[in-house]
Amino acid sequence: MKIRNMLAGASLLAAGAAMPAFAQTLVYCSEGSPEGFDPALYTSGTTFDASSHPIYNRLVEFKTGTTEVVPGLAESWEVSEDGMQVTFNLRPGVKFHSNDMFTPSRDLNADDVIHSFERQMNTEGSWEYFQGMSMPDLIESIEKVDDMTVQFNLTRPEAPFIANMAMDFASIVSKEYHDAMAEAGTPEMVNQAPIGTGPFQFVDYQADAVIRYAANEDYWKEGLPKVDNLVFAITPDASVRYQRLQAGECHVMPYPNPADIEAMKEAEGIEVLEQEGLNVGYLAYNTTMEPFDNPEVRRALNMAIDKDAIIDVVFQGSGQVAKNPIPPTMWSYNDDIEDDPYDPEAARQMLADAGVEDLSMKIWAMPVQRPYNPNARRMAELIQEDFSEVGVDVEIVSYEWGEYLDRSRAIDRDGAILLGWTGDNGDPDNFLAVLLGCDGVENSNRAQWCHEPFEELIQEAKTLSDQEERAELYREAQEIFKEQAPWATIAHSVVFMPVREEVEGYVVHPLGGHIFTEVGLSE
Amino acid sequence: MLRYVLARLLTFVPTFIGVTLVSFSFIRLLPGDPIIVMAGERGLTEERYAELQQQFGFDRPLWVQFWDYFTGVLQGDLGQSFVTKRPVWDEFFTLFPATLELSLCAIIFAIVLGLPAGVIAAVYRGKFFDRALMSTALVGYSMPIFWWALLLIIVVSGNLGWTPVSGRIDLLYFFDDVTGFMLIDSLLSGQEGAFTSAVRHLILPTIVLGTIPLAVIARQTRSAMLEVLSEDYIRTARAKGLRPSRVNGLHALRNAMIPVITVIGLSVGTLMAGAILTETIFSWPGIGKWMVDSIFRRDYPVVQGGLLLIAVIVMIVNLTVDLLYGLINPKIRKR
Repeated sequence: MKIRNMLAGASLLAAGAAMPAFAQTLVYCSEGSPEGFDPALYTSGTTFDASSHPIYNRLVEFKTGTTEVVPGLAESWEVSEDGMQVTFNLRPGVKFHSNDMFTPSRDLNADDVIHSFERQMNTEGSWEYFQGMSMPDLIESIEKVDDMTVQFNLTRPEAPFIANMAMDFASIVSKEYHDAMAEAGTPEMVNQAPIGTGPFQFVDYQADAVIRYAANEDYWKEGLPKVDNLVFAITPDASVRYQRLQAGECHVMPYPNPADIEAMKEAEGIEVLEQEGLNVGYLAYNTTMEPFDNPEVRRALNMAIDKDAIIDVVFQGSGQVAKNPIPPTMWSYNDDIEDDPYDPEAARQMLADAGVEDLSMKIWAMPVQRPYNPNARRMAELIQEDFSEVGVDVEIVSYEWGEYLDRSRAIDRDGAILLGWTGDNGDPDNFLAVLLGCDGVENSNRAQWCHEPFEELIQEAKTLSDQEERAELYREAQEIFKEQAPWATIAHSVVFMPVREEVEGYVVHPLGGHIFTEVGLSE
Repeated sequence: MLRYVLARLLTFVPTFIGVTLVSFSFIRLLPGDPIIVMAGERGLTEERYAELQQQFGFDRPLWVQFWDYFTGVLQGDLGQSFVTKRPVWDEFFTLFPATLELSLCAIIFAIVLGLPAGVIAAVYRGKFFDRALMSTALVGYSMPIFWWALLLIIVVSGNLGWTPVSGRIDLLYFFDDVTGFMLIDSLLSGQEGAFTSAVRHLILPTIVLGTIPLAVIARQTRSAMLEVLSEDYIRTARAKGLRPSRVNGLHALRNAMIPVITVIGLSVGTLMAGAILTETIFSWPGIGKWMVDSIFRRDYPVVQGGLLLIAVIVMIVNLTVDLLYGLINPKIRKR
C-alpha cells in the first residue's frame, strides 16, 4: 500500500527529501502491523497504537499513565440528575488534518461527533468494540443541541459511560472527509489514509514495514507534540527489537522477552520503565458442575495453588500475585482482603470435609501467549503438580485459540479454565460485570457464576455517578468474590518498556497503549 | 517445442482447479471460527454472531461459498481481506516484490557459491576440500533458520556493527515505490546512499534464506558431477587430450545440470517456506509474514487467495524448469 499524503506544513517531508535521522524523529519499534487506521473497526492494541493514539482524539481522554478521565475534544460535560442524559460541550477551534485528497473547510463541530457514533449504531459492518461494549443497547439517541453541544440520551443510567467515551472506538472522525470519500467512490480511504484531530498526522504506510507521521502543527494542545516526526518501524521479533534498540535504530520498544529484562536493565544507554498492567490471569471453575458448585471445594483448591512459584516460573518475576479479580492500580481495589494462604494440608482436609474423594478434573490451558499469562501450558503443569499434592488428579487439555474461546463458553464445560482479561477503560465494572456478572454466563463469564448478592451490588454500582459510593459497593463485591471463590485469581503482569536514555517524558500507560504525544528527545 | 509447451500448459488446468479447492478447504478445515477469534476473550452474543455470519456469507452452504469464490477467481477477483478490507490481489502485489527480491538474491547467492563448490568437491573427491565442504553443507542444511538468523544478527549487526539489524532500507530514506524492488527503487530515487543502504539491508536475510538452497545445490552438483565423471564419454574426452577444465566445465557440468536444475526449481518451495521465518525475523515486509498473520486471524480470503497465488507461481517456475531441460538436453523435448 502506498498512500502519498504530502503535508503542506510538514517542513521535513518535502517530496522525496530525506528526513534527518533522529534529529527530532522518534522511532518506535512496534510489534506488528496495524489492521487498518479506522480504530472503530478493530479491537487490537497494535492497531490502536498506530491509529487512535497518534491520529485521533476522543471527547474525553485518559490522562496518559493513569485511568483518570480528563477533557479531550469536549471541554466539559454534564450528567443529568437521573443519569439518563450526558451532554458534551465541544472545544472550539479544533482543526482536522489535511492530505492531498482533502482539505477541511471547517473546524470540528457536533456533526463530526454524531457521525462518529451513528455510523457504529448501524449493525452492518464490523464495529466489534462498540458492539462488544453493548453501546447500541445503551445509547438511545444522539442529539445536536447546537453546533458545539451534543447530548447522548441513554436507555438506563450507566456510570461507566463516560469512561467508554475515552475508549479507542469512540475516536472522533471527520464527517466532511467521510462524505467526500464516499462521494468520490473511495470510502475505503478513510481506513487507509486517516484524517483526525490528533497530535500526529498520518503521512505514509508501507505495509508491514514502516508507518510515518508528522507533527500536527495546529494541534489544540499548546506545545504538543514534542517531536517533528514519529516513525513506527514494524519489528515482530522481540529479540530483533532489542537489537535494534541497542543499535540506536529505534528509541522505544514494547514487549521485551521476559528473559532479556535483567540484561536490559544493565545495558548502557537503555532504561527499563515498568508498571503494573491493568489485567488479571485466573483459573475459573465451572460453578454449575459438581463438585465445583460447592464454594468450600473451590476455596480448598485455591489454597492448594502455590502462586509464588507461578510468578517465578511462568512470569519470570514480571508479575505479581493476584488476590482480587481487579488489579491493584484500579480504583476500588480492596486491599483489606487477605489472600487464601498456600496450605496444602488444610486444603486436603477441607476437601475431605466436603466429601470430595479421588477427584479428577480437567484444566484448560490456553494455546496462546497473553500479557496476563505468558505460558499457560507451564502454568497448568504447575497447578497440576500442586493439585496432585492434595490428591486431585488433573488432566491438561488445550485447543486451538478460536476453539478454546468457543468451547469454554459452554455451561456444561468440563473442568477449570485458565484465561484472563485486560481492562478496556479502567472502570471496575469492566472487570466485575463483564467477567462475573449474570449476563456474562455462557459467554465472557467462564465460571458460569451468577450469584445474587454479588450481582445486586455491581448492578447498583452502575447506576450511581458518585465514584466514592460506587467504590464502596465494589469493595464489598470483592469480599463476596473472595468468599465464594468462583476463580483462583493468579497474577497481574508487570509491563516493561525499554527506552533509550535520550527519550524524555515517556510514561507507561496502564491501559496498554503506547502514546507519544508528550514524548521528546534530548540532543 | 511448441507442442511440448502447450501440452505442459494443459496440465495447468486440473492442477489449478485442484489448488483452488484445496486452498479453499484447507483454511476451513482448521478448527477456529474467524468470528470467535475476532471477538477474543470478550465473546459475543448469539444474535451478533448470526449477524456477522450473514455479513461474511458463512450462513450459506459451503458449495455455494466455493462456487462464488471460484467464479470470482476466474474473473480475477480474489475477494477482500476480512481484516484490512482491502482486495487480496492488491495486498499480495504490494508485498510480493519484497519476497521476490529477497528470494532471487538468495537463490543467486546459493547458485553462485553452490555450483562451483559442488564441482570442485567432485573433481577433488575425497580430498580435504571435498570433506570440509560436504560437512559444512550438512551443517548448513540442518541449521534452524530462526537460530541462524538471530546468531548472525547478534554477531554481525550487534557485536561487529557491519550490517543493519533489520528492515529493507534505512528509515532516513523515503521515496515512492516504483517497481517494489528496493534495489531498483533506491537507484531510481536518486538519493545518495539509498542503494548502498538497501544492499546492506539485504546481506543478512539473503545469507539466511540462501543457506539451505546453497547446501542442497552444492551436494546435488557434487553427486551429479561424480556420476557424469565416471561415464565413458568423459574418459573418451580425457583420452582425446582435452584440457581438464574443458572436460569438467563443458562435457561434465552440462550433463550434470539436469538434476541440479530440478533441485533449483524445487527449492522455490523451500524458499517460500524459509521466507516466512526469514521475513518475520528481519521485519521484511513480504508475503511470508502476511500469510502467517492471516492464518492466525483466520482471514479466509487472504489465506486462500495467497495460497493460490503462491501455488500458481510455483507452477510457473516448475514449467520454466521443464522448458529449461529441453534447452539443455534436446532428447527431453523430443519425448
